[in-house]
Amino acid sequence: MTEYEHHDYDVLIIGAGGAGLRAAIEAKQRGLKVGIVTKSLLGKAHTVMAEGGIAAAMGNVYAEDNWKVHFRDTMRGGKMLNNYRMAELHAKEAPDRVWELEQWGALFDRTKDGRILQRDFGGHRYARLAHVGDRTGLELIRTLQQKVVSMGTDVFMECKVLQLVHDSSGRIAGAVAYWRPTGEFVTFGAKAVILATGGVGKSWKFTSNSWESTGDGHAMALWAGAELIDMECIQFHPTGMVWPLSVRGLLVTEGVRGDGGVLKNSEGERFMFRYVADMFRAETAETEEEADKWYTDHSAGRRPPDLLPRDEVARAINAEVKAGRGTPHGGVYLDIGSRRSAEYIRRRLPSMYHQFMELAGVDITREAMEIGPTCHYIMGGVKVDADTAATRVDGLYAAGEVAGGMHGANRLGGNSLSDLVVFGRRAGVAAADYIEGGSGPADFDQGEVDAAIARALAPFTRESGESPYDIQHDLQEMMQANVGIIRNGPELDDALVQLDSTFSERVANLKVTGGRAYNPGWNLATDLPSMITVSKCVTRGAIQREESRGGHTREDFPKASAEFGTFNLAHSVSGGTYDGEFATVRSPLLTMPDELKALLEEAK
Amino acid sequence: MADVTMRIWRGDANGGDFQEYTIAQNEGEVVLDVIHRIQATEAPDLACRWNCKAGKCGSCSAEINGKPRLMCMTRMDELPEGTVTVAPMRTFPIIRDLVTDVSFNFAMAERIPAVLPPPMPEGGYRMFQQDVERGQEFRKCIECFLCQDVCHVIRDHEDNKQHYAGPRFFIRYAELEMHPLDTNDRRDYVREEMGLGYCNITKCCTEVCPEHIHITDNAIIPLKERAVDAHYDPIAWLGRKIRNVSKRSSAEAGVQPAP
Repeated sequence: MTEYEHHDYDVLIIGAGGAGLRAAIEAKQRGLKVGIVTKSLLGKAHTVMAEGGIAAAMGNVYAEDNWKVHFRDTMRGGKMLNNYRMAELHAKEAPDRVWELEQWGALFDRTKDGRILQRDFGGHRYARLAHVGDRTGLELIRTLQQKVVSMGTDVFMECKVLQLVHDSSGRIAGAVAYWRPTGEFVTFGAKAVILATGGVGKSWKFTSNSWESTGDGHAMALWAGAELIDMECIQFHPTGMVWPLSVRGLLVTEGVRGDGGVLKNSEGERFMFRYVADMFRAETAETEEEADKWYTDHSAGRRPPDLLPRDEVARAINAEVKAGRGTPHGGVYLDIGSRRSAEYIRRRLPSMYHQFMELAGVDITREAMEIGPTCHYIMGGVKVDADTAATRVDGLYAAGEVAGGMHGANRLGGNSLSDLVVFGRRAGVAAADYIEGGSGPADFDQGEVDAAIARALAPFTRESGESPYDIQHDLQEMMQANVGIIRNGPELDDALVQLDSTFSERVANLKVTGGRAYNPGWNLATDLPSMITVSKCVTRGAIQREESRGGHTREDFPKASAEFGTFNLAHSVSGGTYDGEFATVRSPLLTMPDELKALLEEAK
Repeated sequence: MADVTMRIWRGDANGGDFQEYTIAQNEGEVVLDVIHRIQATEAPDLACRWNCKAGKCGSCSAEINGKPRLMCMTRMDELPEGTVTVAPMRTFPIIRDLVTDVSFNFAMAERIPAVLPPPMPEGGYRMFQQDVERGQEFRKCIECFLCQDVCHVIRDHEDNKQHYAGPRFFIRYAELEMHPLDTNDRRDYVREEMGLGYCNITKCCTEVCPEHIHITDNAIIPLKERAVDAHYDPIAWLGRKIRNVSKRSSAEAGVQPAP
């Protein structure tokens, strides 16, 4: 048996974005020994990319707002596939989580009477997003980071977890990781592990996600015996940059539309009026005049169709481009420059202004932006208990984007940051309860550690083999083409064949050159098994869900089906092992209590 | 477009040198795009740190043609024609290639006395936009540490790192000092323990800030004024003498718990 650097914690948190840091604060406040492992530096997690705001029904701008309306908006936005209990807890607790951030030093934009200002976003009936200009995610992560640091928490930076480790009875016992700067391995013993690893978007070619979003936590949970649900539900954010090519996919905040920006096609038409689904018709403006009045007074007109939920807007843009009414670079126009003053735009959207000025040479106060859909977020994730964030594996919890259920088939903008802090906290509470109740691992399966390390080192020992960069490139092309925004049966079947055979074999035979110290090629080689595993679940779910709903659109089944609206698709691997057989089953939705059903009925 | 020659520093703590790579570039690309193409084709183990590729995370700091910049926000077509030189930040120890050990900064962050607001009233705190805006400017910081890299107090004097917070953390102290809710007084601490006096306002930090934060004018100079006022104001001094209570010492400020 080989010895490695080893650390023991009560709670090990994998991921240092909003959910991981919020969980750490909670566990730390309970007096537990907490370790955070992150594959990047502290404060760089994908949470910093969030722009528009954090949704919480505080009622600071529209006093009529409350958790019931937020719950209703979230469920409708999710096309009713959500775990209702998560949506309920989220709507109820989000305001306290925002106010708590202020106690830890956050500085949100203010209303005239000094309260937290809230902005409009797609799918939210009232202006509900607390924000700091268009850099709200940065504010969130910096606040949590500074709080965590002030509490004296151990943070393992640039340390990448490869796999979870069990005890002999199948409980979670820790994890095995490697230090990126040195390439040395390290093991962590833990009574409870919280996964907060974020998303999976890097398996698509055009994505707003950073290199980190490789689905490590999704894959590790699956290999450890947990289930993944709703993996076919991927959010393509309607507004990503399309030009220059090198920044294609880079996010343009929905706040542009919340603050008055509108979508136009190459003929100058505000085309969204033609794409209002029946579900939203009663509450959506029918004319440009009516829509424009709404921005200043929500009682003077109905919502502009530009602010429909993201899935609706992304499909509409896709259809316009397909119909030949797109821009020269294959997007549509997003125009705020002709509708708001330059001073207003620079104050409300400073980072968008700089992003376009510096990367595309476009002045958004004068010119329209060219935008198109970009892979942004996975609604699906680890199946968890709503109240505790617990998976079906003892001692394993999941919170944030890696967890599934909260957002159903489509997430509303602004509901992600609030998800992180609501369920990050809940995971911390539940892990602490689990430990204080005397639960924990009996031992540490060294065999799992040795196997994970052998797998990680194998690419160095092969005589020959492909570059991991080539495989990643081909995977991104294939997933974009076959499992993108609009899907069909034959392309999905082809994708699954490729994933099961070609890609799995290529990953098993790739070669890494160079040493182990800070070798990005090797790091990518350790990401690829997760990317392939997650892509298989997405594709399997997309094949079996023979309908269109939220972030899953089938051109061969263009309508939502009542039958498919009653269950999630749940994935697992046999034996909860690294190389088990995949299985996908129907998992019935929770039954919503009558008082919550009534809220949805009232709203119709 | 024509190929470009990139001169990139390769090596580790034991030493290294520049290596040249001649490679294709496309319209609109930034330096980081070209680095990535080199990784994908010629040098798969070329180490560089990056995350968002959108100027929001502050990971991909380097010295491009001698100037500290973010690789993701530096367009190739804005650089002068000819070879482009990319080197790691000089102020921090080398890990490998373009990646440096920036742990100095995280150690400095740990030494900052936490924010200490009064208990929150029902319905949340009241603060006004003009009061939060000063702090918001400093909270735009993406922690790229380019200001730390360029600051000559630590760039040329390794010994100073023990007792000099540097521009990134002076804006943090300024932010807390100007925070509408904070009650924790760090003015003596930043002067005595964090080396505020070493800064002689050359404004190099402001020049390299990719977020265009007015580090010197809006943070360091006001912070210096406030720290000096706290220490030398004769009336405050007399008041302390009469009441026979010194202001909270820096040591106490240092251990002030977070709420």
